[in-house]
Amino acid sequence: MDRRRVLAGAGALALAGAARPAVAEPDHPAAAAATADPAPLVPTAHYQDALAKIVGNGSPIEGRMTLELPEDAENGNIVPYKIGVESPMTDADHVARIHLLSTQNPQPLVATFRFTPLSGKAAVSGRMRLAKTQDVVAVALTSDNTLLIARTTVNVGIGGCGAE
Amino acid sequence: MAASKPRVRFPEQAQAGDVIEIKALITHVMETGNRKDADGKPIPRNIIHTFTAHYDEALIFKAEFGSGIAANPYVSFFFKVPGPGELRVSWQDDEGGETIERYPLNVV
Repeated sequence: MDRRRVLAGAGALALAGAARPAVAEPDHPAAAAATADPAPLVPTAHYQDALAKIVGNGSPIEGRMTLELPEDAENGNIVPYKIGVESPMTDADHVARIHLLSTQNPQPLVATFRFTPLSGKAAVSGRMRLAKTQDVVAVALTSDNTLLIARTTVNVGIGGCGAE
Repeated sequence: MAASKPRVRFPEQAQAGDVIEIKALITHVMETGNRKDADGKPIPRNIIHTFTAHYDEALIFKAEFGSGIAANPYVSFFFKVPGPGELRVSWQDDEGGETIERYPLNVV
């Protein structure tokens, strides 16, 4: 649990433009060797571009959207994801879009889901590819132009996506 | 490889106003475009780029997929049943292939 929080924090730092997250440097080499955790990966420039295109000048809100993936994925070719936002899904108040992004795959925009009031529920699940250990990010846009964001770290055993 | 063997699952019957889950799976290679063949030539991308679900003429849900979606794409989404009608789902891939399936919904 601690490690996930550290990785998430490092991801946020990287998003903020830090060249290298300071928290990735082990203070105690022996302890770091004992856990043998790799340093968190800095999101790709492709990802930053894709995120910027979606978010624009907006400030996405954390905490309203759930993004569930396994903490450890042995096979990066097939990793289940589940995304949900609590929403009345009425004409006046619904989730319009959810974007699913990878911070390390060759192509960062994995999927864009469009919802309507007929959807009844702003939820989607499926299976994605992950090239390597990384943060996966979801960004939602509501009908009143509110942006929501959620992220989670997945440790990948064997990467998907083919050769880069 | 074209898309084949679409499978769509949803409850056998529903009442108007119910929110039901719809699960859709199709067989497709979802070639990413990132791989090379034995001669080192790039293998062109061929993925299902769009999945849509309509009820009669109204859009329920649409998914635009990139190369990061796993082979044999599976998607689960929800649908608030307004009344009797026909569910229509379609998959489109990069080679111009389109698979369309239609299902009447048993609304009680």
